[in-house]
Amino acid sequence: MSDEVFERIRREISDNPVVLYMKGTPVFPQCGFSSTVVQVLNRLGVQFKGVDVLSDPSIRDGVKRFSEWPTIPQLYVKGEFVGGCDIVREMYLSGELQSYMADKGVATTTAA
Amino acid sequence: MDMTERIRAKLTTALMPLHLVIEDESHRHAGHAGRMQQPGHAPAGGGTHFKVVLVADAFTGLGRVARHRMVNGLLAGEFADGVHALQLRLLAPGEEG
Repeated sequence: MSDEVFERIRREISDNPVVLYMKGTPVFPQCGFSSTVVQVLNRLGVQFKGVDVLSDPSIRDGVKRFSEWPTIPQLYVKGEFVGGCDIVREMYLSGELQSYMADKGVATTTAA
Repeated sequence: MDMTERIRAKLTTALMPLHLVIEDESHRHAGHAGRMQQPGHAPAGGGTHFKVVLVADAFTGLGRVARHRMVNGLLAGEFADGVHALQLRLLAPGEEG
């Protein structure tokens, strides 16, 4: 069962350039930390796939084990784990997130 | 020992921080679904949502994800006992500015 969840996550993060595992949806986040990351991505104009872990307990538990990271949200860019809310916010405020997206070839609408 | 003191003890022993502030922010998340998850563990008065600012030599040369993993790993037992959210600001000496 664990293998199926891991396989699904592997597929999700390789098929989509930017994936956010979050509580709620990008339009209706159910948690302040998830909401913060959505706002950062929107501010950068980054297209992303939101995966609502509240609607699927196996993913909620599975992504924590997959990433070896105990909390949600979790951001993946081009298959690489970037971090949770604190890391995304720190990188955004320092300008690193903008250059990180550029390095990864992810389009943003704001200048780095 | 309450959860704040448990966290303080673990981090102090393992990382010998130059600076450590722990805030219990559980009251700001009253009614949050996460607080009802483990009624046997999470006391109504707090102990679920924390904010930690920590400066330690151990973080020198490590990236953000590695620093967070180190602290999350040290506090795995606390997560299992009801800690639901942990906001971390993890700095090496000289990065405080």
